[in-house]
Amino acid sequence: MQARKFVKGNEAVAMAAIEAGCRHYFGYPITPQSDIPEYLAREFPALGGEFIQAESEIASINMLLGASACGVRAMTSSSGPGISLKQEGISYMAGSELPGVIVDICRQGPGLGGIDASQADYFQATRGGGHGGYRIIVLAPASVQEMYDLTMLAFDLSDIYRMPAMVFADAVIGQMKEAIIPNPRPAATLPAKDWVVRGRKEGTEQRVVKSLKLGDGEMEAFHWQMHERYHELQEKESRWEEFETADATLVVTAFGSAARIAKSAVMAAREAGMKVGLLRPITLFPFPAKAYHDLTGRCRKILDIELSTGQMIDDVRLSVQPGTEIDFYGRPPGAGSLPTPEEIFEQIKNALLIFTNLSPFTRF
Amino acid sequence: MRHDLFISGFGGQGVLLAGNLLSYAAIREGKNVSFFPAYGVEKRGGAAMCTVIIADGEVGSPVVGNPSVSVLLNQLSFDKYYPKVASGGICIVNTSLVDTAGHVRSDVELIAIPMNEIANSLGDPRMVNMVAVGAYAAKSGAVSIKAVEDALSDALPERNHRFIPANVKAIAAGADRTV
Amino acid sequence: MQQVFKRPASLMDVQTHFCPGCQHGTIHRIVAEALDEHGLRDRTIGCASVGCSVFLYSYFDIDVVESPHGRASAVATGVKRARPESIVFTYQGDGDLAAIGTSEIIHAANRGEDITVIFVNNTTYGMTGGQMAPTTLVGQKTSTTPYGRNQSKDGAPLKMAELLSNLDGVAFSARVAVNDPRNLIDARKQISRAFRYQAEGKGFSFIEALSACPTNWGMNPLQANARVGAELIPYFPVGVFKNVHNL
Repeated sequence: MQARKFVKGNEAVAMAAIEAGCRHYFGYPITPQSDIPEYLAREFPALGGEFIQAESEIASINMLLGASACGVRAMTSSSGPGISLKQEGISYMAGSELPGVIVDICRQGPGLGGIDASQADYFQATRGGGHGGYRIIVLAPASVQEMYDLTMLAFDLSDIYRMPAMVFADAVIGQMKEAIIPNPRPAATLPAKDWVVRGRKEGTEQRVVKSLKLGDGEMEAFHWQMHERYHELQEKESRWEEFETADATLVVTAFGSAARIAKSAVMAAREAGMKVGLLRPITLFPFPAKAYHDLTGRCRKILDIELSTGQMIDDVRLSVQPGTEIDFYGRPPGAGSLPTPEEIFEQIKNALLIFTNLSPFTRF
Repeated sequence: MRHDLFISGFGGQGVLLAGNLLSYAAIREGKNVSFFPAYGVEKRGGAAMCTVIIADGEVGSPVVGNPSVSVLLNQLSFDKYYPKVASGGICIVNTSLVDTAGHVRSDVELIAIPMNEIANSLGDPRMVNMVAVGAYAAKSGAVSIKAVEDALSDALPERNHRFIPANVKAIAAGADRTV
Repeated sequence: MQQVFKRPASLMDVQTHFCPGCQHGTIHRIVAEALDEHGLRDRTIGCASVGCSVFLYSYFDIDVVESPHGRASAVATGVKRARPESIVFTYQGDGDLAAIGTSEIIHAANRGEDITVIFVNNTTYGMTGGQMAPTTLVGQKTSTTPYGRNQSKDGAPLKMAELLSNLDGVAFSARVAVNDPRNLIDARKQISRAFRYQAEGKGFSFIEALSACPTNWGMNPLQANARVGAELIPYFPVGVFKNVHNL
C-alpha cells in the first residue's frame, strides 16, 4: 500500500495537477484557494513548470486559453469573485473547444461576500457562467482524496471532450486536512490533439483556434454539436455515490461538503433504525439525472440539503419521477452557518414524519 | 470507534499543531482522520480552533456540532464551546487561564489541568498544547501516547525536531494528570 | 525578367475586407515581410484580437489563436510559456489594447514576455462604427463624441509607445507610420527590428503603427492619409522610444 499523505484539500488539488502532467498554472490570489498557487509556485521550478501570478483573474484565464491552444495541460484556480471575472475567458474557451481545468474553491457572495464555505455558486458553475449558451464539466469533491482524484479526472475529461472542466469545492473541502493516497495518474485513452497551434510548417495545414463563427449555419451547427457532446457526457460520465439507498424510504441528497455532513446524519439515522439513504452527485454537470430517476421509483421522498437557499434542487426536480415529494433544507452561507450532522438528523426525522402528499394511513 | 474533538484557544497556544499532531498519530495507527481548522474571520480575531475526527471506519462529517471531547485552553474558548460538549462527553480545561466556576454541567466530565503551570515547571511555557495533547490521548484512548510521540517528527518541521524530547516530557505530564 | 515585388509568403493570396484607404493591409504586409525576412513563419503563432484585426487568420498564412477583446497579450503569454520556441505576436487595435486591454498589455510588458506586440492606432473603434478610442485626438468627432473629444471629460489620448517604454520589462518600443515613403521604409525597419528582438530572445518588443481609417473619419483615402501626417504624427511622434540592445 502506498503511504498516505496528510494534506489540505487545496494541496491535494495541486499535487494531483502535477501528477496529471499539468506544468502550466496561471492564477491570482484569493481566499480560500491560495494554497494552490502557493504549492505550485514552490514545486514547479524543479519540475520545469511555468507558474505565473497574473495581474488579474481575467489575465490568468486568458493565459490558460493561450497555453491550452498549444496543447499543454494547464490550470487556473480561484473563488467566487475571481470566477466571475474568468467567465469571459471560459466562454471563449468553450466556443473555441479548448480544454483546461478551473478550480473553484467557493466562498460566499454576492459581491465580496465572505470567505467561509458556500454552495451558492452552483448555478454559476453548472449553467456555463458566461455568455453564449454552453456548459462545462463540473466535478464536486467531498473529501481531500476526491480533491486529488477528481482533479486528475478533470484533466482527462477536459481533454477527451475538448471543453473546460471545473473542480467545484468550497472552503470546507479546500481547507480541511485528511490522509490521502496519492494515486498515480489513471490510464486514459486521450484523443490526439491534432488541432493545437504550433507554427505552420511547410506542407501542413494552417491551424486556427477561434470561437468566431460567421458562416451561414456554422454557429447553429456548432450549438447542436455541443448539445450532442453534453448528451454524450450525460450518458457516459455521470457519476454519483449512493449510500444505503436500497431499502430507503427517504433519500437525502447533497453534494460536496454538505454531503459529507449529511452522510454522518444518515449514518446516525440508520443506527436509530430509520430507512434513510444518501445520494451524492459527484458530477454536477453532467447531472446524474438517471440516478434520481431510478431511485425515485423506489423511495418515497427526497430531502435536498444545500449551503444555499436551493439551487441544485432545480436539477433534482427535473430528474425525479413525477409525483416524488422533495423536501429542502438550506443553510445559506455565512460565518458560523455550517449545518451540523445533529441538525440534519433533526431534518431527517421531520421529513420522515410528514409525507404531505400521502394519505395519513401511509404515515409512519 | 469514532472520536470527535474540538481544540480551541488563542493564537500562539499551538492549537493547530495539537490538532495536526493528533491527526498524524491517528494516521500512524492506520486510522482515518479529518482535521478542519476554523477558517476565516475568527482566525483574524486571535482565536484558533480546530475540529479533529479520528475513526476506524469512515470519518463522516468533518463538521461537528456537539463533540464528545473538547480541549479548551482559554476562557473565551471555554465560554463558547463548553456548552456544546455532547452529553456524556468530556471537557479538558486549561485551568491556568480558565475559571470554570458557575458553569458546571452534571452531564459532562470536566478534567481540570493547570497547563501553563505544568509547562512552566517543565521549563518551556510553549508546551501547553503538548500537555493538552497528552491529556486528551490518555483520557480518550483515541490514539496511543506512543503514536503521539512518534508523530512529533511528522507534525514538527525539521528545524524543530531538536525539541522533540521536551515535547515528549510535556505529553507525558499531560497524560499523568488524567489518571 | 526579374521579379522585384511579390506577395510575402507569410500572407495569403486573398482579398482583405479592409475599407479602401485603410492601412491595416499595409501594416499586415510589413509584418509578413518581417516574418519572411527572419525566416520565422513556420514557428510563428499569431494572437488575433477583437476589432478590424479579428480576421488575422484569414490573411496571415500562419497558426492563429483568437483572443477575447483586450486579452491578446495575456493569451500570447500563455502561448509563449507553453511553446517557448515559437515566435508569438499579437496584433491589436487601439480600443482593444489601450482601453479594455490596458491591464493585460502593461503587465505582459512589465513581465518582459518574449513576445512582439503590433498595436494599430487609428484613433477610433473601426469595427463597431467609429466610436471614441483611448487614442482619439482632443476635438476629434466620433459617433460617441459628436461634439469632439473633450479633454476635461474624456481625458487626453494615451501615448502607448512612450508609456510602455518606461517599463523595465520593455526591450524595444517604437511608433511608426505608413503615410509616406520615408515613414513606410522606417516602419519596415522598426517592425523587422521588433521581430529580431524576439528571434534573438532579447525581450518584449512593441510597435505602435499609426493607421488611417477613412470610413470612420468621414474622409476619402487621400484625405485620411493626409490627416495621419497633419494631425496624428504631431501628437503621436514617430520614432524609437526604447532600444535597450541597440539592435
